[in-house]
Amino acid sequence: MAVAAWQGCARLSWWRVRPAALFASRRGYSTMPVDDTINGLNEEQKQMRQTVFRFLQQHLAPKAREIDQTNEFKDLREFWKQLGHLGVLGITVPAQYGGSGLGFLDHVVVMEEISRASASVGLSYGAHSNLCVNQLVRNGNETQKEKYLPKLISGEHIGALAMSEPSAGSDVVSMKLKAEKKGDYYILNGTKFWITNGPDADVLIVYAKTDMSAVPVSRGITAFIVEKGMPGFSTSQKLDKLGMRGSNTCELIFENCKVPVSNVLGHLNKGVYVLMSGLDLERLVLAGGPLGIMQAVLDHTIPYLHVREAFGQKIGHFQLMQGKMADMYTRLTTSRQYVYNVAKACDEGHHTPKDCAGVILYAAESATQVALDGIQCLGGNGYINDFPMGRFLRDAKLYEIGAGTSEIRRLVIGRAFNEAFK
Amino acid sequence: MAELRALVGVKRVIDYAVKIRVKPDKTGVVTDGVKHSMNPFCEIAVEEAVRLKEKKLVKEVIAVSCGPKQCQETLRTALAMGADRGIHVEVPESEAERLGPLQVSRVLTALAQKEKAGLVLLGKQAIDDDCNQTGQMTAAMLDWPQGTFASKLTLEGDKVTVEREIDGGLETIRLKLPAVVTADLRLNEPRYATLPNIMRRTTRQPGRWEATNPSLHRPPSVVLQPLPVQVYHCTYS
Repeated sequence: MAVAAWQGCARLSWWRVRPAALFASRRGYSTMPVDDTINGLNEEQKQMRQTVFRFLQQHLAPKAREIDQTNEFKDLREFWKQLGHLGVLGITVPAQYGGSGLGFLDHVVVMEEISRASASVGLSYGAHSNLCVNQLVRNGNETQKEKYLPKLISGEHIGALAMSEPSAGSDVVSMKLKAEKKGDYYILNGTKFWITNGPDADVLIVYAKTDMSAVPVSRGITAFIVEKGMPGFSTSQKLDKLGMRGSNTCELIFENCKVPVSNVLGHLNKGVYVLMSGLDLERLVLAGGPLGIMQAVLDHTIPYLHVREAFGQKIGHFQLMQGKMADMYTRLTTSRQYVYNVAKACDEGHHTPKDCAGVILYAAESATQVALDGIQCLGGNGYINDFPMGRFLRDAKLYEIGAGTSEIRRLVIGRAFNEAFK
Repeated sequence: MAELRALVGVKRVIDYAVKIRVKPDKTGVVTDGVKHSMNPFCEIAVEEAVRLKEKKLVKEVIAVSCGPKQCQETLRTALAMGADRGIHVEVPESEAERLGPLQVSRVLTALAQKEKAGLVLLGKQAIDDDCNQTGQMTAAMLDWPQGTFASKLTLEGDKVTVEREIDGGLETIRLKLPAVVTADLRLNEPRYATLPNIMRRTTRQPGRWEATNPSLHRPPSVVLQPLPVQVYHCTYS
């Protein structure tokens, strides 16, 4: 009888709150606790992490593997709206525009938790909430903020930022995308490459050259707000990446794309200031990504080491494995303290390019090393795709390249010291 | 009714996803340093109370938790989900082990009368002890009708219709307020607290109850240890 079947079901899951929870724990995947007292978070931030963590572990973590394998996040739009409802898409946006009015530390913690569940979705989230939304907040005028922010914060719209080109990555200032003024419009011609969220974005912040003869060259860049659907703007197919699969990346094509003058972000020819100051905060918030990946590696490795047996005991008791656990844990914790402290300082208005570059330099390189250690700890199991260790390594590697390569970050820090001795 | 106050009991328990370990001396389970959170059935009760408030059927939602000071985290979660006030009935760590449904129902009874609540909403049971007693005992002490294992709750005027999940299927009963209702799994799906709600500042106004308050220690027919109790009011502004 239908009732009996339903009762049977009820008995099986009587103490599980949501079906996804039953599925998650059937797979035997538990997570390691995060000591937020050592991390210096206050009560509200601890609770925020808990809430976001629970939501993500139930709604995102079970899908992470499929997202990586298929290079596609099918429920992206629906998920984005759920994130909007939670209030995480406009963390640094003032409440008057519908944002949460919080700080960079809160943003880093949320970025970390999303990356812990799925690093590729974390990258898309970072591109949307920091690269696009935060830039609008910092540089947009009232009209632009009121026009674009509400839907970006609610999750109806997805945001992106485009500065890199096929031949201008680290040397971003040598970009070739041209913007010529014609009446009330700027006509954009050229391409952008490596653009996260490119295929899905509704609102994009695009940097273009408005003055090809400016000296120095950086003084000729202007930032624009481009909408999907503007005539002349199109995207080409998704890139097939090594990692961060599911965070759609593509080339943007501008063929006589008409952008209204009212969509200039910041001031004409002053785009480089928008770009460079944005880069610092981008590096800070994205540094939460490698933190999340490292935490995810620990989540999977530590329990495994206490289940897997060899030579009559749990392998976690062997000294070399204890050493590995210690190395992974200390790399994660030191990276965390650096990132969180710089974030706190930025919240207090103290914001240095040197440290913003330093945090992502350190965290990203630590994450790659921790992910490698994670694979090693799982041995043969770390080498097959049934376990997520390979995905963690492939995802971690991106953070040494995107948002300024490790080489550029080192230059930034070195040059900051040179400046002090000029 | 627009004047109705709902009192919701929330219990801090070991998180459902944690792997439980027995203490080496076999006297219980390891709770130190283990992740705790709000009992899932209590979350469902809070959600139901907040939904009633959103429908303007309930004026105020008051969350209550009994236990050591860590219970305040659980109250914070209830407040972030939409409860208006939180009351922490503080029990020292040393006594907390002996806190069971009987003692908690006494506290809830006294609070329901003090706060003039018309509806007491609880989870059907806690996932650590599975007692399934607090709701029933509270109703008996208050001499109020009870609707336990509720999978559907409808408030109409001064009556509440409760659809209960029982062994034979579903039973529908109608209770006259004031009443006690305990929430079962399918009553609703609790919301996640949004960031702005979590971050709103709390202001504390301590309100003290003397440990010798006679209403907390009714003449028992069973001899029980009297518990020293202090109550602090936490209010959101």
